[in-house]
Amino acid sequence: MLAALRCVIHRDLLLAARRSSDVLTVLLFFVIVVSLFPLGVGPDPALLRTIAPGVIWVAALLASMLALQRMFASDHADGTLEQMLLGATPLGMTVAAKVFAHWVISGLPLVLISPVLALQFDLPQELLGVLALSLALGTPVLSLIGAIGAALTLGLRGGGALLSLLVLPLYVPVLIIGAGAAEAAASSLGGQAQLLLLGGLLVFAAAFAPWAAAVALRISVE
Amino acid sequence: MEKTPGTPSLEAVDLHCVRGERRLFGALNFTLRGGELLRIGGANGSGKTSLLRIACGLLEPTRGEVRWGGEAIRRLQEEFWRQLLYIGHANAIKDDLTAAENLHVACTLAGVRTQPARIGEALRRLGLAGCENLPARVLSQGQRRRVALARLALSEAMPLWILDEPFAALDTAAVECVQNLIAEHVSKGAAVILTTHLEARITAAATLRIDLEAS
Repeated sequence: MLAALRCVIHRDLLLAARRSSDVLTVLLFFVIVVSLFPLGVGPDPALLRTIAPGVIWVAALLASMLALQRMFASDHADGTLEQMLLGATPLGMTVAAKVFAHWVISGLPLVLISPVLALQFDLPQELLGVLALSLALGTPVLSLIGAIGAALTLGLRGGGALLSLLVLPLYVPVLIIGAGAAEAAASSLGGQAQLLLLGGLLVFAAAFAPWAAAVALRISVE
Repeated sequence: MEKTPGTPSLEAVDLHCVRGERRLFGALNFTLRGGELLRIGGANGSGKTSLLRIACGLLEPTRGEVRWGGEAIRRLQEEFWRQLLYIGHANAIKDDLTAAENLHVACTLAGVRTQPARIGEALRRLGLAGCENLPARVLSQGQRRRVALARLALSEAMPLWILDEPFAALDTAAVECVQNLIAEHVSKGAAVILTTHLEARITAAATLRIDLEAS
């Protein structure tokens, strides 16, 4: 079973490496959206410092939405998904492996580049770590919740718009807690509570979302 | 195959299938034992593919159930799928992977352990010598089908094969090769279900036929 999971992760990363434009689109989208804010809002350092965590979080959320549709679409189109459904490994585990690979491709780059982008907003250095950590805990949750939506809207016409409508409301708690972490760390409260909550959300989503997505996939493929 | 006497039987009990508004078939019963070949015939749109998808558990029948060794496949799930090789219309081939990588992924997903040497051998058997390391993007339609079917040469241990139009897009040499693989597998005591328009000459001890009529 572990061999199959390793194989799925390796395959998805290999495919992303051979078609790197998909990965770059998401990353560039994130960079550009975040960079537009200082240009639009004006160079008031106090204001920029206040909005920085929120802006970066919203941009990360939209960027991860952008990548969601691709999670199962190509496997569905070429029949690989059927083979996964009929595989020797429980489908929930296969989905978990796919979500992990998807996060490495579309979420991890955002986490890594976020401290650089935060510098544009004059965010104090001690907050950069908290922001990156909140994204590192939060973006996998976005991928996991998104997997359910992507599985439900698989093969539908206009699935993209429907996917956003389904998934964005579910992203709200992650956004509030995630952006709140850096804000709380900036005040004297410290962001520990928010980070722990995000960690809890991650564990919860990792335990349940792959199985929910697996059930949705079986329905979509019928 | 060492488990010849124990190959479980695949039973379809009172299957009904309605897709959308159309009733494709109803009250369909069959039992397929090890060493038997089942050919499903019928016009386009008569429900051949739906029947195969029901038999392998991708599609829920409107009524009735499919049993494997007396147990409903709906309950067996992975236990059944571990013993099943299904090759559908779609080849499940990724353009950006090479033929050998595609075959390796397909086998690993199905739980078949393979060494690179055996993968090369299987591809050569299907007449793909020299194409092992080419990306599937540059292969022709028939060659892609051959890559998908190369799994047959690596799945001797699977007691049930379900093949949807295996001969589509293949040339005569490849058709013969696939027919031999199927005949060999059946003679070892496994069960095979396939749909085809071709009058396939597969020598099997017992051949069952189901012809679905277009409704």
